[in-house]
Amino acid sequence: MNATTLTATIEGIGLWAPQAPSWADYRALVAGEPAATATRPAPALLPPNERRRAPDTVLVALEAAQAACIDAGREPASLPSVFVSTYGDLAITEHLCQTLASAPRELSPTRFHNSVHNAAAGYWTIASGAMEPATALSAGRAGFAMGLLEAVAQLDAGAPAALLVGYDGASPGLLRELAFSEGLLGVALVLAPAATGGRTLALSLEDGEAPAAPERVAPGNAMAPALALFEALARGDGSACLPAGEGRRLRLDLGHG
Amino acid sequence: MQPATSPPRIAPLAITAHTATTALGAGLEAQREALASGRSGLRRNDFGDYGEAALACWIGRVDGLEDGPLPARFAAWESRNHRLAWRALQQDGFADAAAAAVARHGATRVAVIVGTSTSSIGETATAYARQHDGRLPEALARLKVHTPHALGDFVALASGARGPCLTVATACSSSAKVFALAARMLQAGIADAAIVGGVDTLCGSVLYGFNALQLVSTNPCRPFDARRDGLSLGEAGGFALLEREPATPVRGWLRGYGESSDAHHMSAPHPQGLGALRAMREALARAGLEPQAIDYLNLHGTATPANDSVEAAAIAELFPATLHASSTKGWTGHTLGAAGIVESVFALLALEEGLLPGTLNSSEPDPACGPQLRFETARRPIALAMNNAFGFGGNNCSLVFARA
Repeated sequence: MNATTLTATIEGIGLWAPQAPSWADYRALVAGEPAATATRPAPALLPPNERRRAPDTVLVALEAAQAACIDAGREPASLPSVFVSTYGDLAITEHLCQTLASAPRELSPTRFHNSVHNAAAGYWTIASGAMEPATALSAGRAGFAMGLLEAVAQLDAGAPAALLVGYDGASPGLLRELAFSEGLLGVALVLAPAATGGRTLALSLEDGEAPAAPERVAPGNAMAPALALFEALARGDGSACLPAGEGRRLRLDLGHG
Repeated sequence: MQPATSPPRIAPLAITAHTATTALGAGLEAQREALASGRSGLRRNDFGDYGEAALACWIGRVDGLEDGPLPARFAAWESRNHRLAWRALQQDGFADAAAAAVARHGATRVAVIVGTSTSSIGETATAYARQHDGRLPEALARLKVHTPHALGDFVALASGARGPCLTVATACSSSAKVFALAARMLQAGIADAAIVGGVDTLCGSVLYGFNALQLVSTNPCRPFDARRDGLSLGEAGGFALLEREPATPVRGWLRGYGESSDAHHMSAPHPQGLGALRAMREALARAGLEPQAIDYLNLHGTATPANDSVEAAAIAELFPATLHASSTKGWTGHTLGAAGIVESVFALLALEEGLLPGTLNSSEPDPACGPQLRFETARRPIALAMNNAFGFGGNNCSLVFARA
């Protein structure tokens, strides 16, 4: 068996970046129109006191996820979820490493449990009451492509719909030398089996390099490769390629079912 | 809350190779011998160079990683985690089996799906500890290890697989969930074989993090014992090779997987164990089995007061008294992101050898324990085994395996 083509319907789209804090703003940018700007996401799903305390990466992931669910008209609690992040929360990583280097016994218990890569997935399931499976994964520049494959495989295995979220934040301090990422970016899709019609996506893995994604928003962000797909979605058709590992790419053909 | 409909039964997936390396030693024979003889891998904490800040606890440390550098061609990948990954890959003919799968199916048709909770963050922390004038030492900074996915990248490089490659990081359920992701990917035709597994190594972050949460015992951990007072941390690596159409002898079958979220708390389990029950019920449904069909269940059983009472109550609710359920954390310690693969390998050993581990270090059952909870190791041939792995964020996974 060789190249396999998989398909899905895109039911909902969410996006948050400082230069385009909604999917509508991103589409405006692509159309050459003015867009709103913002500094910090404020997902309505979290109570205000939790919103103040939560790491930025959790906020941007939840904001994009909730927007995609609203766009899809799906109840968040009904969806299995796949959360993709290249680095997780780098501000917490920096804090852990600095504390370990100076006073390890003073490590904060809250920062520690927020340091798990599935922190955003955990806060999402708690805030939305979702007992459906949640997965958190990391795959370098191929992260969003790998998340798409897992989400589509969930549909193939019988899930009526699946939520896919990609997000990364900025690396602070010394971490910029080790794990570089800038700004804040969250993107999300609600996917359903292709038979339901609407905007469709055909996925195929192939040899080759994906071209660089447009960086209209969040330049330098580690999740920016995912923007190649959102650019194509904003234009309404065509195709996009995402990096899918050394010398491999995931080709995405958009259409209408 | 139950799902509206049970998931459909899945086709069994062949496991053609498996291996584990833990504090008990490298490879399957070391695990088998220690489980059979009741030899624990735990020792007094001697990890790292923390001086007066060192913690008085017990750890499941893998010997000799400090003296076992990676082959020169992997110099840019040097880390404790990758040394353990490399050592685990060399045991029980696993690397050869993976290479044969790459040759047979083609490199781009073999996926790499591995789990870890902290990957190589130990090296990132070491770089910080050696900072000078606000700069990190260049030799450590240039290593290709400062990302969660370093483990997946390294295993792909070491095995030659070029299919989809990703690292699952859902804390302590990570390397149980890799079986679920691989099963779906193979079912969907995205790959023909998958190298799954997990590696997690001791590091300051987990030692002092779990200490800050007051979850670490000063004694060797005693899962499900009424006197239990916390976990013992460990490190481990393990792998399994899954194939849709096997060409080599089958070692065991993945029959079902179940995943769920507690939707309750970041670091405490759901008090009624609803997420755990849901994961176990979904795994049984995908296997097409009733609870009474399961012979052996390797529990998550971390020996924290909360985890074990919730898990024991869930087991008592779901399974008949004939089940042999136990925790092997007293042998290996809690190996976090590697717990899923290590304890899946123990379940496969139970199926292959009829060796059903008890619960080492424990003797006084918690009142929540039903007759399913076994402290004594038993020997009898069995057909079906299960493994539970639950992680922070309320992330649960249960797996069902069958004898070949």
